[in-house]
Amino acid sequence: MDSLRGKAVIVGSADTKVGVIAHMGATQLCVEAICLALEDAGIAKNQVDGLITCNSMADPYMYHAEMIAEYMQIFPSYCMSIGAGGGTTFTALHHAASAIATGTCNTVVIAMADSLRSGLSRERAMMMQSSSGHPQFESPYGPTVPAFYALIARAYMDAYGATEEQLAAVAVAMRTHAARNPEAQMRDLITIEQVLQSRMIADPLHLLDCSLVSDGGAAIVMMSAERAADMKQPPVFILGVGEGHSHEHISQAHSLITSAAVDSGRRAYEMAGLGPKDMDLAGIYDCFTPVVLIELEDLGFCGKGEAGAFVEEGNIDLGGLLPVNTHGGLLSHCHSGNPGSMFALTEVVKQLRHAAGDRQVSQAETALVHAQGGIMSSHCTLILGRDNS
Amino acid sequence: MPAQTSKILPIPTPETETYWKGCAAHKLLIQYCTNCDHFQFYPRSICTQCMSRDIEWKTASGRATVVSYTVMHRSVSKAYGDEYPQILALVRLKEGPQMMSHIVDCRADKISIGMSVEVTFQDWTDEVSIPVFYPLSS
Ligand SMILES: [Zn+2]
Repeated sequence: MDSLRGKAVIVGSADTKVGVIAHMGATQLCVEAICLALEDAGIAKNQVDGLITCNSMADPYMYHAEMIAEYMQIFPSYCMSIGAGGGTTFTALHHAASAIATGTCNTVVIAMADSLRSGLSRERAMMMQSSSGHPQFESPYGPTVPAFYALIARAYMDAYGATEEQLAAVAVAMRTHAARNPEAQMRDLITIEQVLQSRMIADPLHLLDCSLVSDGGAAIVMMSAERAADMKQPPVFILGVGEGHSHEHISQAHSLITSAAVDSGRRAYEMAGLGPKDMDLAGIYDCFTPVVLIELEDLGFCGKGEAGAFVEEGNIDLGGLLPVNTHGGLLSHCHSGNPGSMFALTEVVKQLRHAAGDRQVSQAETALVHAQGGIMSSHCTLILGRDNS
Repeated sequence: MPAQTSKILPIPTPETETYWKGCAAHKLLIQYCTNCDHFQFYPRSICTQCMSRDIEWKTASGRATVVSYTVMHRSVSKAYGDEYPQILALVRLKEGPQMMSHIVDCRADKISIGMSVEVTFQDWTDEVSIPVFYPLSS
């Protein structure tokens, strides 16, 4: 088959309000995101013939995408719910691009929302956490999600001599980005000291090394590059996409310090015909601070063991070599579960439309977004551009 | 969903029943492929290396090294509450496979990657015993 490069574009993109949105349920947030994205694209709902969603934890349905279609009275020819944790968003986009390129459908909406903050009791949220482990060989040991990532953090620090200060520098950088974003959940600037002094959750991860728990949703509208020519918004081209899947459970990972982002990144770069140096900015999955360091390395932005210094030198800040998560990321903008990486995507779309206001990356032409789900399990990398050349 | 009041107990499947019976008898049983000389964990119906179904059970030496660890300060449910802080670890068995476990009888500031540990079993119920590891004195 021909490469997917440049075949599909994003023509609509929107977030709901995020943070603590107690007056809206998860289904409502999902529908709201779709309405906003269709409005952004200037498209009526009867033009939507493809719908991809992920299930909600707070308000689950057995057939979630069908439920959303039913709720909105949309009658698609292509409809599915996807579950790959944080990687869900971009694997959904991979499927949508394929469906558009093969003519399976014309206009695909990808929508995701959840109410982790307001829709789940603490007990249910903790039960959800323990259910992410292997039911027989991990969950009996009572691990929390931060504990799984702490195993990765400790192995990474041991292998490369990375410090807690370097992990904290990621949290500080994300908060600095969020301070420029009026939509972000946490906007008060923090220091390395404050991160290190925040409560220890699972050694070496402090509270401020961990992402937020939020409500919120986002949606995008995709179509073929040809059809997008006379749309309301300038199209954002999908130049490359690649996935890598190495395990489901962390105890089965072959490496704790190098991830399948190496594979997903290589596949995306190859399709795009571009490399790390061509990226003007990035959206990097930041559920916990060490993940950003490992992904920066695995995606080729610096060598193994060098990401701590790369971050400390200010390279992921606005004006740095590779601004990362200019919206504030999962650490400071919001993290509503599986939909979390949607916000990195909608931010990059905003940046590539040159519509990011105070936090605009100057002359942003090409961007990489990367997400992973499970415990560094399912990786998907996208390369997006303002033009198709 | 009610709050979790007991520890999370494994529910054996046909592939894993032998393993959990071994644990109940305080034996760490792991699978061995006679076709390609490969140990594996967790228990499966096939050898992940050669796809053979000729898999035997062997009693592991019980010796392992710590691959990574974390001192958990926050419990997933009240059932684990009394035991915090607690050390969660990934250990690599001498035979090769990696598994998740707890490190017990070890002060949080004494644990390190590469530390030698040995299996022991905690009886959680009449039927269920869970393998955990303790440091071997060097
Ligand atoms: Zn074999």
